[in-house]
Amino acid sequence: MLKQTEGSKAVAEAVALCRPEVICAYPISPQTHIVEALGEMVKAGELTPCEFINVESEFAAMSVAIGSSAAGARSYTATASQGLLFMVEAVYNASGLGLPIVMTVANRAIGAPINIWNDHSDSLSQRDSGWMQLFAETNQEAVDLHIQAFRLAEELSMPVMVCMDGFILTHAFERVDIPSQEQVDAYLPPFDPRQVLDPKEPISIGAMVGPEAFMEVKYLAHAKQMQALELIPQLAAEFKQTFGRDSGGLVRTYRADDAETMIVAMGSVLGTIKDVVDEMRAEGHKIGVLGIISYRPFPLAQVRAALLNCKRFVVLEKSLAVGMGGIVATDVRMAVTGTGLRGFTAIAGLGGRSIPKASLHKLFRQAEKEELEPVTFVDLDWDAVNKQLERERQNRHSGPIAENILHDKGIVSAKFG
Amino acid sequence: MFQIRIHGRGGQGVVTATEMLSVAAFEEGRHAQAFPSFGSERTGAPVVAFCRIDDKDIRLREPIMEPDALIIQDPTLLHQIDVFAGLKPDGYVLLNTHHSFDALGLGDLFKGRKAERFCTLPATQLALKHIGRPIPNAPLLAGFAALSNIIKLESVVKAINKKFSGKVADGNVAAATEAYNMVKEKMKEFADA
Repeated sequence: MLKQTEGSKAVAEAVALCRPEVICAYPISPQTHIVEALGEMVKAGELTPCEFINVESEFAAMSVAIGSSAAGARSYTATASQGLLFMVEAVYNASGLGLPIVMTVANRAIGAPINIWNDHSDSLSQRDSGWMQLFAETNQEAVDLHIQAFRLAEELSMPVMVCMDGFILTHAFERVDIPSQEQVDAYLPPFDPRQVLDPKEPISIGAMVGPEAFMEVKYLAHAKQMQALELIPQLAAEFKQTFGRDSGGLVRTYRADDAETMIVAMGSVLGTIKDVVDEMRAEGHKIGVLGIISYRPFPLAQVRAALLNCKRFVVLEKSLAVGMGGIVATDVRMAVTGTGLRGFTAIAGLGGRSIPKASLHKLFRQAEKEELEPVTFVDLDWDAVNKQLERERQNRHSGPIAENILHDKGIVSAKFG
Repeated sequence: MFQIRIHGRGGQGVVTATEMLSVAAFEEGRHAQAFPSFGSERTGAPVVAFCRIDDKDIRLREPIMEPDALIIQDPTLLHQIDVFAGLKPDGYVLLNTHHSFDALGLGDLFKGRKAERFCTLPATQLALKHIGRPIPNAPLLAGFAALSNIIKLESVVKAINKKFSGKVADGNVAAATEAYNMVKEKMKEFADA
């Protein structure tokens, strides 16, 4: 049913349609509205059979999900930012044990400095954790990806994160088509676990594995993600048949056919990028877009194919590998190895810095002329940076960086825009 | 695309106002996107929320920096932040106050602009009268509907009834209806003058 609703509410409805049997959650912005809405549904008896478990931390949330999934229950949780970091040990255990848990990550920056706003640092910090990671461009896609994620997770017996931009998507009201229970039931069969803890037929899950078998177990985790490269497009195609919508898949291009400059990105910023590309196309610029939906597994071949005919590309990412540059950009450059393509990295939107069209117009035009540095920090306030660097040169005891910059900018409390 | 920015203070229903506005537009078959300024909102602190309305899919995710319309829920914000920043030359302004623009020293605002697109509305008084609480968002949305004709009163009423129920819904609908009529009356006086 088509409705105008909040992203978090829409995702909660989608998750409920997937008939989870255990939802464990610990609140953290900007994820909270999702589990709140699910909690209300469970309490109202609209979602049965389902146990909603309030836990004492994110570490407990993932630990409960591991237990319930191992016991054969379809298990779901959601988190963000520091919450994801706090559960990391259990995040690796979930994938290491091959448990098909689905988790929403409402993407948010990682502190310090403490910051509740959106970027992709949290999910990307878990890129090697063995979880698959799917990034939503819109709230409609966030809804659709959750439905696909349970299929994907359970067919491979591996966990999936559905990543959606915190606040920008989670708190946005927009038009969303919520499928019917019949449609979701037709697409997503009941959970048939590959391994299950059952007192009637006792088994061990999670035994110590020594050098004689550890590499094989790890290789199989990799092999499953390689299988996912084939399964994800199949699930998207089947989704289209059932629901009538293009949603999910590995990558998606926009106005790319004759593009000389390609912009690569993930998540909701793709919408703003497409608007800028339309405006530039109207002026005759040959520019297109490559959206990456599946960040893990990373679709090297599809990214390479999408970029092969351009002359240069910019990876615009809401993440920073400190001491290196881009995170997504590193993978994209790996995909185009040997092509001789010029690649630029643009770091944008960290900690919720807005990414306006005007800044993208400037960036993309510089990219077309290949005037960009290898790594560009979009809308960075160089005066503020240089002032702090000068302060550090002048004074051995220059004090805390974040507080100095806030003081220089005359900001007494965080604000948006 | 029509872009509306709503300024107010935490507790005044600013975010709810943009959400209801987007629902009202949706009820008319239009595409709408509402989103808050994502601050750590506290009661009394300045809050900004945004709404875009269009006849096609809205993909843009930047904050609204050049609004077509401003709804200002608290006139004391005028001393604190530049609420008029980026307002388009032919933009609409609806200000919650029982004073006139001149009495607030804002007469200069009209210079070079379409004065008939500026309107004041005693929305807090209307809310107190009909709802019993100083939450001016619903009457302001109805006032905006009357001022701009971007949405219909009946759509605002539908949005109110989706968000609230019982007495709260009835009070908000009554406040909205009186606000709509007040602004329409002002528009008529303006046209006649």
